[in-house]
Amino acid sequence: MTTFTLNGVEREFGESEAMPLLWAIRDIAGLTGTKYGCGVGLCGACTVHVDGKAVRSCQATLGEVAGKSVTTIEGLDPAGNHPVQVAWRDRNVPQCGFCQTGQIMQAAAFLNETPKPTDDEILTAMSGNVCRCGCYQRIVEAVRLASTGA
Amino acid sequence: MLKYIQPHLASAQERVRLAKVTRRGFLGTAGSFAIAAYAVPARAFDTYAVGGSDMPHGIIENPLIFVSIDADGTVTLVAHRSEMGTGSRTSLPMVIADEMEADWTRVKIVQAPGDEPTYGNQDTDGSRSMRHHIQVARKIGGSVRTMLQRAAAQQWGVEPTAVKVEMHQVTGPGGQSVGFGDLAVQAMAQPVPSHAEITYKTEDQFRYIGKGQVQITDLHDITTGAAIYGADVVLPGMKFAVIARPPVVGGKASSYDATETLAVPGVESVHELPYASMPTKFAPLGGIAVVASNTWAALDGRERLKIAWEAGPHGAYSSPAYMAEMIATSEQPGTVARNQGDFDAALAGAAKTFTGTYTQDHIAHIPMEPPAAIAHYTAEGLEIWAPVQSPYAARVDAAAALGLDPAKVKVNVTLLGGGFGRKSKADFVTEAALLSKAVGAPVRVQWAREDDVKHSFYHTTSAERIDVAMDAAGKVTGWRHRSVAPSILSTFAPDEGNVMPLEQGMGMSDLPFGVANIRCESGKALAHTRIGWFRSVSNIPHAWAIGSCVGELAAQLGKDQRAMWLELIGAPRVLDAKAAGLPDDFWNYGEPMSEFPIDTGRLINVLNIAADGIGYGKDLPKGEGIGLAVHRSFVSYVACAARVKVTGGKITVPEMHMAIDCGFAANPERIRSQLEGAAVMGMTVALHSGITFEKGAVEQSNYYDYDVVRSDNFPSVVTHIVSHPFSVHATGVGEPGVPPVPPAIANGLFAATGERRRHLPMGVDA
Ligand code: FES
Ligand code: FES
Repeated sequence: MTTFTLNGVEREFGESEAMPLLWAIRDIAGLTGTKYGCGVGLCGACTVHVDGKAVRSCQATLGEVAGKSVTTIEGLDPAGNHPVQVAWRDRNVPQCGFCQTGQIMQAAAFLNETPKPTDDEILTAMSGNVCRCGCYQRIVEAVRLASTGA
Repeated sequence: MLKYIQPHLASAQERVRLAKVTRRGFLGTAGSFAIAAYAVPARAFDTYAVGGSDMPHGIIENPLIFVSIDADGTVTLVAHRSEMGTGSRTSLPMVIADEMEADWTRVKIVQAPGDEPTYGNQDTDGSRSMRHHIQVARKIGGSVRTMLQRAAAQQWGVEPTAVKVEMHQVTGPGGQSVGFGDLAVQAMAQPVPSHAEITYKTEDQFRYIGKGQVQITDLHDITTGAAIYGADVVLPGMKFAVIARPPVVGGKASSYDATETLAVPGVESVHELPYASMPTKFAPLGGIAVVASNTWAALDGRERLKIAWEAGPHGAYSSPAYMAEMIATSEQPGTVARNQGDFDAALAGAAKTFTGTYTQDHIAHIPMEPPAAIAHYTAEGLEIWAPVQSPYAARVDAAAALGLDPAKVKVNVTLLGGGFGRKSKADFVTEAALLSKAVGAPVRVQWAREDDVKHSFYHTTSAERIDVAMDAAGKVTGWRHRSVAPSILSTFAPDEGNVMPLEQGMGMSDLPFGVANIRCESGKALAHTRIGWFRSVSNIPHAWAIGSCVGELAAQLGKDQRAMWLELIGAPRVLDAKAAGLPDDFWNYGEPMSEFPIDTGRLINVLNIAADGIGYGKDLPKGEGIGLAVHRSFVSYVACAARVKVTGGKITVPEMHMAIDCGFAANPERIRSQLEGAAVMGMTVALHSGITFEKGAVEQSNYYDYDVVRSDNFPSVVTHIVSHPFSVHATGVGEPGVPPVPPAIANGLFAATGERRRHLPMGVDA
């Protein structure tokens, strides 16, 4: 039995402690905003926050998050109005949209730690998140907008 | 009948001037701009022929199928094309809404299930959504507006022409005023007007069409995680399945042992699925399926399967050997796809010749969302939820696999996390259907990324050889292009190694060059894997070869790239198909040549816009260079100017200018996003995308050996959209952006370093 806080609510999971957090979130908790893209930590589609830090949920196991606080895209902001989400809409970032929840979670954690990043810092921080549709230019603009308001 | 406006009627001078004026506009911003390139007057909406009516089930234009109005005034519009990132789920309803004078904030969009007899063709591919449907969307919107007008006129006893319909409100001459909701029942009971009975909006009256301020309908849900993609549908009692598929197409398991698999907690059952042999069509490859109570248990259980695979007839497929064979074939004469003048005589009389051979590995689409589908089989029939580009084909295939009448199968279309052609082939849907029937419960089939990389319908691999004849003055007198590539046809019919005219017509036989003697040939190549269409299809290898060759000729002849392109393209003109020696079955993307001609004036224009935009010819620091390429595909014209820079031993592209002429630009904002995306995907094709085979199996498996362009090395793109009135037909947008990008990068790399690379992918290391 693993217990952790998921989007502010304490939850118990009876599955093996070796189960990747991604599948516990998607298949057991039924929160589908967190996406599977590669399963090997190389695309960022599955990004969530564990105690406020961006984590690839396909690489973290249930056992590793015991007692911690996990936030998924559904828990980032009750109305979906986190500054990063607002910036994403302002800049019309998404094409297919599939990578975007992971991108947003990555950007939100990054800006929390580095509120006023340089462009190079943005590029590096976001380089683990693949967007096959190629929205990078707008992603960078949106991160900048969320950090500076312009 | 529409008169197509020939853009080259506007003087070249004026085009340049206008392009310059607008260029000044975008210098101050990071964004991109529409370019008013042709001064042509706005005119009424005259219908024109498009290939949509020749697609299976054609085009349906009955407004009652696509529009409904609730009593509270909410307008519900049906999107019958799949949304995979191009924005068509928003842009087509937006056209209807504008023409019917609906307030976009009161419009709801619902997605049609796979039902072509009702909605018309739903194959969301070929860059067809706007091209085939903008007219009918206007007609549907105009019909409903006319019906509202007539209903109000009857109620008030006035002439319909005295009734105004504006922003969800209907007003009469005596100050009468009602909302759409109040008139809904009477309006929808009116007879549907004919095209001639509809007074269409003039272009200056458009609120949304051509503006770009309407945001995609799923934007909010995408940013909150509420948007539903293929794997996000959850049904009560649903099982989770993954499948171990034969590594070689046409192979099968000679034996397997699932003892350890079945011992994994959560794993419920194991099923062997029927195998496919080539031509597979869209049938699943077969294999051993593991069904579990969650995806991880299924994945873990699959790891523990012990399977002895039999390779079957394609177990010897090896990419290096196959490439050598294709190159050898390209040295021999092939089947002639186009013959203009006498290339042999030009070659015999040439003072100078040039030969270039350009090759490409296979490509897998790897949409961000790997294939996934949910099926629920019951005694009543089969219901499916899936991210499919061709929902009706998915329905017919699944019905056939289960021996059901298609009337008993429903396919619900979710959002697609990218498609790029992969999700036109619904093998993953049939897998879910077979498994749901086998276990008697709803089943979600999830493809791992490795499955997606290893079991795609691959973009063809190719060898393209171009021989050029020149006279003593360096003028090109002859051009022979031989293409050797396994065909998409091999996936559908017994393979004879021949490509289809439509593949030849994607950027090879339609070469828009003003060279006197042109011959295009195709050599035989038998397929040993499933060949499918990937965004831009055969245009990628063809444009790669042609664009690289132009760059090489420029270097040989000491000309700049723009001058070389302009010289080869020749005068602005509409290509005369007969005189050019094009075959009678020349495809032209299914569009009538009379309405969608090959117009070199438009090609030249986009080339100049991109080259001017990036400042082609300016001095650059050492280690930097600009490459140019231009290509017509999906009846659109796209140029790419790429500034390539070698940094830290890596090839980078800090700046790219993309110029597109896609006729009337219905949603410029989404056209820009498509071109930005095409620049990134084109760069991925140029530097990264190589699928290779050994012993019949794919060698790559996930991002560590099949990577893509990421945010630490992406091109900053400025997009230029040539501005046209509605009378210049809207053409394709999703696909035509990619083909010019790889050759532009190769030409830029050559300009930067003096090194010429002739194989795709080129690799990211300089
Ligand atoms: S799914 Fe976790 S990084 Fe790709
Ligand atoms: S928007 Fe499609 S993968 Fe990023």
